[in-house]
Amino acid sequence: MTNELEHLGRQVVRGGVSRRHFMGRAAALGLTASSAGTLLASVARAADPVTGGLIKAGMVGGESTNSLDPATFLSQVPFVFGQTWGEKIVEVGPTGALEPRIAEEWGASSDAKTWTFKIRDGVEFHNGKTVTAQDVFDTLDRHSNEKSESGALGIMRGIDTMQVNGKELVISLKEANADLPYLLADYHLIIQPGGGKDAPDAGISAGAYKVTVNEPGVRHGAEKFANFWDAGNRGFADQVEITVINDATARTAALQSGQVHMINNVEPKIVDLIKRVPGVTVKNTAGRGHYVFIMHCDTAPFDNNDLRMALKLAINREDMVDKILRGYGTVGNDFPINSAYPLFPADIEQRAYDPEEAAHYYKKSGHSGPIVLQTSDVAFPGAVDAAQLFQQHASAAGITIDVKREPGDGYWSEVWNKQPFCASYWGGRPVQDQMYSTAYISSADWNDTRFKRPEFDALITKAKAELDEAKRKSMYHDAALMVRNEGGLILPMFNDWIEAVSDRIGGWEEDGAQTMMNGYALSKTWLMG
Amino acid sequence: MGLLLRLVLQRVAMGLLLLLAVSVMIFAATQILPGDVAQAILGQSATPEALANKRAELGLDQPAVTRYFAWLGGMLHGDLGTALSNGQDIATSLGKRLGNTLFLAGVAAVIAVPLAILLGLVSVRYRGRWPDKLISGLSLASISLPEFFIGYVLIFFVGVQLRWLPSVATVYDSMSFLDRLETVAMPALTLTLVVLAHMMRMTRAAILNVMQSAYIETAELKGLRAFTIIRKHAFPNAIAPIVNVVMINLAYLVVGVVVVEVIFVYPGMGQYLVDHVSKRDVPVVQACGLIFAAVYILLNMVADVVAIISNPRLRHPK
Repeated sequence: MTNELEHLGRQVVRGGVSRRHFMGRAAALGLTASSAGTLLASVARAADPVTGGLIKAGMVGGESTNSLDPATFLSQVPFVFGQTWGEKIVEVGPTGALEPRIAEEWGASSDAKTWTFKIRDGVEFHNGKTVTAQDVFDTLDRHSNEKSESGALGIMRGIDTMQVNGKELVISLKEANADLPYLLADYHLIIQPGGGKDAPDAGISAGAYKVTVNEPGVRHGAEKFANFWDAGNRGFADQVEITVINDATARTAALQSGQVHMINNVEPKIVDLIKRVPGVTVKNTAGRGHYVFIMHCDTAPFDNNDLRMALKLAINREDMVDKILRGYGTVGNDFPINSAYPLFPADIEQRAYDPEEAAHYYKKSGHSGPIVLQTSDVAFPGAVDAAQLFQQHASAAGITIDVKREPGDGYWSEVWNKQPFCASYWGGRPVQDQMYSTAYISSADWNDTRFKRPEFDALITKAKAELDEAKRKSMYHDAALMVRNEGGLILPMFNDWIEAVSDRIGGWEEDGAQTMMNGYALSKTWLMG
Repeated sequence: MGLLLRLVLQRVAMGLLLLLAVSVMIFAATQILPGDVAQAILGQSATPEALANKRAELGLDQPAVTRYFAWLGGMLHGDLGTALSNGQDIATSLGKRLGNTLFLAGVAAVIAVPLAILLGLVSVRYRGRWPDKLISGLSLASISLPEFFIGYVLIFFVGVQLRWLPSVATVYDSMSFLDRLETVAMPALTLTLVVLAHMMRMTRAAILNVMQSAYIETAELKGLRAFTIIRKHAFPNAIAPIVNVVMINLAYLVVGVVVVEVIFVYPGMGQYLVDHVSKRDVPVVQACGLIFAAVYILLNMVADVVAIISNPRLRHPK
């Protein structure tokens, strides 16, 4: 009985249920008005951060091959756990704005080529050592070294030289980049003592929690770090724990039976069922992640822009969002940027499904015969169904698509970035420049559409150096149009992050940059009574 | 007795030879997996530089034969090498996983084996009557259901609805024995239901087979009680086939429980192997493969030896 009332009380505090309804229900259950009021007040107090307790998450995306070395972070569990114990130079906050962390302030020279970061005083590593500018230097040095296997190597390549100047770190770039601080918010760039050069997987940084248990693929645990520099804002629970639960049904059951407080990657098809579970709330957040079909612009028959245009017009985006994402997402417009990005070009017309126009371009392209589309379960959740749906949409325009289902094993090495037309996904990046530089400029390692336009490259380089926002915005507008009208990218939808959270968790905020509140779900929330 | 010892030793030697042959096959099989370990470790975000660096670091350029003998030598010394993907010592992490798997298999076996044999005996005793039909019906039902279904049904009712047992069976080092038992209860129950039917039906069939023999008829004509006939005359002669099916099921409990481990989030060998196969972490795959093969060969060997001991006729080849 009290469980139900507490649940209801929390909904009152959050504004989901009226106070009147609560009092009525309390009376029905035999509580006097005054004791119901007391109960409500105690629940309301819980809206302030509560310290103590053990927050448990059940997550997909961990394997026994994981390591604590931030350079190797790839899947969701190491990423989220890393944000729990790690501290970075800067962070991208829930609103998309940069927040100072290890660096308390920073600034650029007028040409955006030299950047100075002032390192905060009195930040302590878990091993008791104080964080210095030299540690920051060493960390960036380790990730930018050409011998490094770091996932951040690509974005570190723009750095020319670095220099420690007392409490300051001065970074000189080869080319101007107005977005450098955003790049340094990358989740791989966790500051480690000595840059982690001696013991990259020791799991020591300056975050709110310090690592106590590391069983890759099974469980990760951490306890509150007593000397954490920012204790007022995060690190409320005494302990946090991630159990790796890769099976979707087991993950849901663990949440339902109260064994964990939060789970990630709720499948769109079961969201409605989870919503009916008492004591659990589904959180879906629009993010930058998107599901795509990619064509190689330099391989026949996709080297023909009319054919590419025909295929872009032959996909029904609304239908994709409805059927594949069950509404938990938004339609895409064939360029990899949405409104979650700063400087998003909102005025570009939304491309719509138009079988007649598609048929017109298809005819114009001179191509005939079936087009092979390779897909796999691992390309994105529902990728096989999405390919078949695309096949149906395209047949209305007289275009035959042969869906070829590939094994998930080896998909990223044998199909993606190798075959001319396949399904894939992108997690998005904090800023437009990084997204375009990662996958759309001619020299990008992951240019998986083989989009090679010198004028596009020049535009991105120019936008990167431009400090005037209005001018940059117009440059990104033009860049988006080039990718949309000439590129090999078919982007039908941006996907939401869908998580399910127990009502005992307070402080959950919308942060769609990545899964689990951009990785801060364990360190920024608290556990209520 | 000397003959018996020789037969057993022969069987052991055969087992070792078989294990060596398996090691060659495992090594060869891991060489033909598509993709390479460097690509698999670094995944979609691999840059060409990172890939080249990783390949060089892993020494993937040496000839296969050299690598086979180096690997086999290490195995014989108990050195399983280090995992390519995260640099952990394989023997340490595998030892823990193997311990977990054996514990779960042990708990399941302790429940399932005696229960299966007892139910088999009961069912023979009441052949054709309602206890036999009930046992047969239930066992046929449970054998027809895939293990993930049994697991999910148990999770739903016992874990989520009744909340009697935890559905997440993650065991820790620091757990007490009783906590550990409670934690593995649900996966052990699932495994018990999965293997029980097979063992029970084979026990029943084996004893019934013996019951056709003339000496059973003699025993019946002597006026012995039905249970006495089964216990003293039929069961000893059915031991070999029963032990055989028990061993096959025990082997299954160790090497075939990947699905159960996944749905109950149990940190055993199966999940460990699956993770490393998808990462092309060849040394781990090889080590797991060899251990699984050894378990199978060992248990089959035990079944054969028990058969030799329990059946004097096998000791005198024609």
